[in-house]
Amino acid sequence: MNIDRLVTMANDIGAFFDSEPDKAEAARGVAGHIQRFWAPAMRVQIIAHEQAGGAGMLEVVRAGIRLLPAVPDAAVRGDRPAGGA
Amino acid sequence: MFSIDHRDQGTPAAAASDEAPVTLQIDGVSVTVPAGTSVMRAAAGLGNAIPKLCATDTLDAFGSCRLCLVEIEGRRGLPASCTTPVVEGMKVTTRNDRLQQVRRNVMELYVFDHPLDCDTCPADGHCEMQNVAADLGVTASRYGQDGCNHHQAPVDDSNPYFNFDPSLCIVCSRCVRACDEVQGTLALTIQGRGFDSKVAASQDDAFMDSECVSCGACVEACPTAALSEKSLLALGQPQRAVATTCAYCGVGCTFKAEVKGRDEADGNGNGVEVVRMAPNRDGKANHGHACVKGRFAYGYSTHQDRITRPMLREHINQPWREVSWGEAIAHAASEFKRIQSRHGRNAIGGITSSRCTNEETFLVQKLVRAAFGNNNVDTCARVCHSPTGYGLKHTLGESAGTQAFDSVMRADVVMVIGANPTDAHPVFASQLKRRLRQGDGRHRPRLIVVDPRAVGLVRSPHIAADCHLQLRPGTNVAVVNAMAHVVVTEDLVDQDYVAARCEPEAFEKWKRFISEARNSPEATEEVTGVPAQVVREAARLYATGGNAAIYYGLGVTEHSQGTTMVMGIANLAMATGNLGREGVGVNPLRGQNNVQGACDMGSFPHEFSGYRHVSDTAVRGLFESAWGVPLDSEPGLRIPNMFEAALDGSFRGLYVQGEDIAQSDPNTHHVVAALESMECMVVQDLFLNETARFAHVFLPGSSFLEKDGTFTNAERRISRVRKIMSPPAGLQDWEVTVRLSEALGYPMHYDHPSQIMEEIARLTPTFAGVTYEKIDRLGSLQWPCNEAAPDGTPTMHIGQFVRGKGKFYLTEYVPTHERSTRRFPLILTTGRILTQYNVGAQTRRTANVAWHEQDLLEIHPHDADVRGIADGDWVGLTSRVGETVLRAVVTEKIQPGVVYTTFHFPETGANVVTTENSDWATNCPEYKVTAVQVVKVNQPQDWQRRVREQARTGADA
Repeated sequence: MNIDRLVTMANDIGAFFDSEPDKAEAARGVAGHIQRFWAPAMRVQIIAHEQAGGAGMLEVVRAGIRLLPAVPDAAVRGDRPAGGA
Repeated sequence: MFSIDHRDQGTPAAAASDEAPVTLQIDGVSVTVPAGTSVMRAAAGLGNAIPKLCATDTLDAFGSCRLCLVEIEGRRGLPASCTTPVVEGMKVTTRNDRLQQVRRNVMELYVFDHPLDCDTCPADGHCEMQNVAADLGVTASRYGQDGCNHHQAPVDDSNPYFNFDPSLCIVCSRCVRACDEVQGTLALTIQGRGFDSKVAASQDDAFMDSECVSCGACVEACPTAALSEKSLLALGQPQRAVATTCAYCGVGCTFKAEVKGRDEADGNGNGVEVVRMAPNRDGKANHGHACVKGRFAYGYSTHQDRITRPMLREHINQPWREVSWGEAIAHAASEFKRIQSRHGRNAIGGITSSRCTNEETFLVQKLVRAAFGNNNVDTCARVCHSPTGYGLKHTLGESAGTQAFDSVMRADVVMVIGANPTDAHPVFASQLKRRLRQGDGRHRPRLIVVDPRAVGLVRSPHIAADCHLQLRPGTNVAVVNAMAHVVVTEDLVDQDYVAARCEPEAFEKWKRFISEARNSPEATEEVTGVPAQVVREAARLYATGGNAAIYYGLGVTEHSQGTTMVMGIANLAMATGNLGREGVGVNPLRGQNNVQGACDMGSFPHEFSGYRHVSDTAVRGLFESAWGVPLDSEPGLRIPNMFEAALDGSFRGLYVQGEDIAQSDPNTHHVVAALESMECMVVQDLFLNETARFAHVFLPGSSFLEKDGTFTNAERRISRVRKIMSPPAGLQDWEVTVRLSEALGYPMHYDHPSQIMEEIARLTPTFAGVTYEKIDRLGSLQWPCNEAAPDGTPTMHIGQFVRGKGKFYLTEYVPTHERSTRRFPLILTTGRILTQYNVGAQTRRTANVAWHEQDLLEIHPHDADVRGIADGDWVGLTSRVGETVLRAVVTEKIQPGVVYTTFHFPETGANVVTTENSDWATNCPEYKVTAVQVVKVNQPQDWQRRVREQARTGADA
């Protein structure tokens, strides 16, 4: 997907959580939101962009994305988890 | 004419009171009724119908027709039973020779000025005058018919849906009172005196040229055929009534569809005709009222544009060819399978619609999760109320409005934010107006309106907003923060409530944040445009005026900070203790009939029905064992993500049921590019809509008259939709989904939508107690409906919030990216009008176009002047993403610097100019704020002329 669009979306999320005075909590807020609402392929792209220097990203967004777990390839491809749950 | 199965009680039920019930004798029979009941209603309760013409149970007693006279022991004269309240020990005689003779004398006076050709009258058999005359044995008048009379009075047939024939009018004032008391428009009056008395619309205008909003309350109230539906005149009397639910807005009115013919007539349902839609007086959302859409605009279901055969084409540039259901579904399934095998399981998805039933929506998301094997399912609620779900879930614990509509009757302060109920939710607006007109000067309910436009509620007959916060579009959060700042800094917080019911740490943090001077009305005035004093007055009124209720619409959600605003509203309500009882609450007014239901049913890519995240192992396990397949634990793509993924080639197949994304989603050029790149688009709809231009498979849909199911309205009320005729293409929408699933190798086993509801109830705790049998028995059910609340839940969060303690969130005002510049100096905002609905697919195919045949651009006289624009000029509307042309209306309803339009017609292309900006949490598009320039032009754009031409000739693209 268009990375500029993803960065804008991530920054919009960051702008909401950035009003939190505790910056560690703000970063957790960003991470939690992206983990719960972004499809795996989108998370892969935004994590890669952050790791490549995070151009155009708010600091709170970078901090949040660094908290995200790596996305397994299987999740991106949509392979069904073995045995269901 | 009343609904054919209505039994009238004569006067409304007595208001609830603490007084003891009253026992009286009527014709020697003892009866006990609530204090305040009329003698007429008490008699009706005994099955003893006193003759009457001016009385009906939806209107206050009037006492003008002099037919309902009774004798009461110990009283002189013959009092009117409609205006006489019962008294303990009263002895009433309703029938004897003297009374019947007086009534006959009165009836003769009516009859002499009324044509006696009952046989050819449309109301024959259901005419109250005819029935009373027959009851009294009056067949003619001793005065003859030769004197002065009104027999030749001309018919007013200006309204497309009903006629007014004054020769049949008996001047009972029921129409006038219905317009006043039920609808609240006050368009009708009795003009003249004595023999010259007549019903007049506005200043004796034709109905169509008057202030009449064509709700039809007057037509239903008419005891003769003076006001009659044109459909009744054309088709004759209906034979039976079937209770069902309206398919338009989120009010979810219930109706009696009055029909003739039987579905079996030719096996295709062609034997059934809808004669009228009569609002259901037992309907708990509408109490017998309706609007011009629900009551009259159902003709689209038989419009010639309906597609009645499945169609197929290899490429979107090819013409369609009609095929069998089998071929269409096999093609769709094999294409979806081919795309998944080449591009991965996640390369396809589905979109459900808020216009579909709960059962259809549930099946589409089940198809996506179980048969497609991914979570790429979304609903059009994405583009309207997704921020409501997110905001209310996080603050209060449940993604739904907190009240029943009736709760407004106990509100003392009503705050309407970013909503235009008189146009978009007209039946609720009538109830709201009824409440606002109650009480006297000092003790009347108060109204606060927060809206960039002077919407109808700001000033209408007998209604005036106490405060109108006419803010600049995009500054909602700054306004709600400023109000909360006043509440906190002026010590108006309901301390006990907050201490008992909310998380203390979050509240303290919020209190510090909101108290900062930058959130004060004075500091935000410059950005919001609302004078600080007005904000302070509104905040004080909301916090101290008694029961305060908030109603809001898409003017709250369709912003880059839509979710923040919903949270801000919840914060304000919690801080002032305005949640958890009748008369208060936070109430989203849903746009489409089943927005609430579509969200409840698990249409969002991240959650199952009942708002449970797909990553929740226990919940997912429940669905996996019920559905017999492993399910994806990762959130899928949202609608705008699908478009982005389509443009990068990772998303290539889409199943769209009942939704017109090409017209309704923002930044049309972007959407079109995405849709053009699809390898397999399957569209299921009534009509070849804009999205179908990009489809490879078209599956004909069924209208709400052609299927069984349920809709859930804005107050969480689940009501039945009943099949009245067969779908022209043979399959109900849920049956189509079942077939597609089977072709994909995942068979579903249902014989009837009630079985789908059984599955929903099994898998969804808030629906555990819902069954068709119970809905039929109780009329409707408001979820949560389970063991704790077997008959449903009208008011939520009583005692404690669903999430336990209510949570305050910090709601920093963040200006939108979209701001006016020298190149785009105006802000465009969008909305709706009364007679049209959403993208217009339904209402454009009805006579409602008589009121609104094109979308218009509202512009303030100042902005028009400097651009040399006059009323009715073509104007070009340009944003950074696109350009369209429409006609201008110069009006002071809109503030300088802001322009406004609706989006009911595809050629308007309002979404050609709206941008990709969206709500931070949900990606709900920012329809309400687009920076634009407006210039005078000579003609529409080429593409608009093409769309108009296609609409005229019926050719598809």
